[in-house]
Amino acid sequence: MASIDIRDVSKIYNGGVTAVSDVNIDIVDGEFIVLVGPSGCGKSTLLRMVAGLETISRGEVTIGGRTVNDIDPADRDIAMVFQNYALYPHMTVYENLAYGLKNRRTPKAEIDARVAEAARMLELQPYLERKPRALSGGQRQRVAMGRAIVRKPSAFLFDEPLSNLDAKLRVSMRGEIKRLQRRVGTTSLYVTHDQLEAMTLADRLVVLSGGRIEQIGRPLDVYHRPATTFVASFIGSPAMNLVSGELHGSKLALGPALIDLGTNVPTQGAVTVGLRAEDLRLHADAEGSLPFRIDYVEELGSQRLVHGMVGDQAMVAALSSEIPLPETTSLSIAPSRLHFFDTASGQRIDWSGEAVGQVTVTAAPEAVA
Amino acid sequence: MKRVQFSSPFLPYLFIAPQMAIIFVFFYWPSVQAIQSSFFLEDPFGFGSTFVGLSNYSDALGSVQYQAIARFTVVFTALVTFLSLGIGVLLAVKADTVLKGSATYKTLLIWVYAIAPPVAGLMGMMFFDQHIGPLVKFAALFGWDMKVGLNYYDTAFAMIAVSVWKQIPYNFIFILSGLQSIPVSVREAAAIDCRSGFRRFWTMTLPLLAPTAFFLLIINMTYALFDTFGVIDVMVKDKAANNPITLVYKVYMDGFRGNDLGGSSAQSVILMIVVFVLTIFQFRFIERRVHYN
Repeated sequence: MASIDIRDVSKIYNGGVTAVSDVNIDIVDGEFIVLVGPSGCGKSTLLRMVAGLETISRGEVTIGGRTVNDIDPADRDIAMVFQNYALYPHMTVYENLAYGLKNRRTPKAEIDARVAEAARMLELQPYLERKPRALSGGQRQRVAMGRAIVRKPSAFLFDEPLSNLDAKLRVSMRGEIKRLQRRVGTTSLYVTHDQLEAMTLADRLVVLSGGRIEQIGRPLDVYHRPATTFVASFIGSPAMNLVSGELHGSKLALGPALIDLGTNVPTQGAVTVGLRAEDLRLHADAEGSLPFRIDYVEELGSQRLVHGMVGDQAMVAALSSEIPLPETTSLSIAPSRLHFFDTASGQRIDWSGEAVGQVTVTAAPEAVA
Repeated sequence: MKRVQFSSPFLPYLFIAPQMAIIFVFFYWPSVQAIQSSFFLEDPFGFGSTFVGLSNYSDALGSVQYQAIARFTVVFTALVTFLSLGIGVLLAVKADTVLKGSATYKTLLIWVYAIAPPVAGLMGMMFFDQHIGPLVKFAALFGWDMKVGLNYYDTAFAMIAVSVWKQIPYNFIFILSGLQSIPVSVREAAAIDCRSGFRRFWTMTLPLLAPTAFFLLIINMTYALFDTFGVIDVMVKDKAANNPITLVYKVYMDGFRGNDLGGSSAQSVILMIVVFVLTIFQFRFIERRVHYN
């Protein structure tokens, strides 16, 4: 077990394409960090640089206080779980699990003990003599996890390990990974493009876009205080509504409506306003609310997503499915639930009227027992 | 297996008839002819034949010369197979890691294969020529007075060298494509699990190459046994008698130079049996250990 420090790390490919630029992440011992972002954002490249499968163009990666830039993957004391499992097809499950240990000259008795322990943890005992091709997707995934666990490495690296599984299995494997990581307490770096997976697994999230870090923080902090419009639109489902508005003193003009914020926002004029779909409420009288013209409705069972227009801007509201929907209605939102972003840079604008009390502002990592 | 329905029960036989006709005319019929004539002593001028039973076989197998040639054939086949496979694997593994200019490099290695065996034999002959051969001159630098065509061992050396050289590109192509069919992530997983590249090659790459290697083993043995005829012919034809030849070349020599059709037939039947046994052995004992994906 160890901490991982990623210092000013960049990846520049031959031909000058920059995949990752100046990334800094401090990962504390035992922490579960999830790198999340759309495809092509450099998250896998970053992970592979930590693993040693890609060279580090600039910067420094240290694992447990040891700089690993020029160290072979096998000597970095890490274990990796791949998207397509990458099991050795000619070896049985037992041999797959034992391979890394055998190459490190672990005594036979200890290999047996560790494989047995991992097999018990992952419920793989009945399959130890089978070849990978005779296993189902979920079982293969567990073998891949087992191969990482038996090594007892300083860190686990996960490269989209669940994206080859079907939806139901993905949810149960997600829980299994979380539970397992708590149990063995190994520092983990996990890459995914699925924001839900990221939210549920992470101690801290790292949101990446275009090779740069957009935000690092605990899942709820990132959800409640997205640092940029990119994060706002990427984290949370449905995505945060981002509409343009105008600030005049303590009043916000949003389409045809005028909302009284009660206090001044440290900017004036045009601004991007963020509204979470789940913060919007149906509102009967028109005073201080947003007139809402409904386009169509997505029924999700527990709630319904109502798509419609406020003025000439599209908006989604997550509403209870028990309340009947009129043809036209209006929406309201508590002013403290509004997010403001600079229109040009997309950066968050903090203001005093926010519902700060609900979340911790500092992004200090949670201590893992 | 899916069953295909035909409107007439004769139709499927009609479809395979051309293939069967070719196999029959070019394989079964000559085989039967060979087996038949191996029991007869043919008159060299075609004036009838005498039944001699198994004496053609006992003559061949009892002959000291035949035994020597058989021994050489075994050594020759083993060396050619081992060297051409070994060097092919080595080159393919190295080519696989080349990133820049890999296309040029691969083409250079592959194009030797486009040369016909007799031409390869001729080129090899020139390389090993007494007067103009660069390899002979090179050997002379080390005090090796190479006399290809005169000295038994020098000729054997040249024959093996040319045969191996001719076969390497073929092996190279197959092994390279075999290597490239190993998933990148499996190799990466192995890189994390195993520090030593050499060990990784033995425990990971080679077993995953086994289906390709098994196929190549059969092909290479057949090549060394039969297809090297052209190379040998160019190298030893019109040369003094004491030169190494393989069993296939002996069949040709006895049959078409010596006009001993019966003896030659008996030898080719012996070869047929050897190949038959070899093939069964390979499929029963080696293929079992091969992992197919």
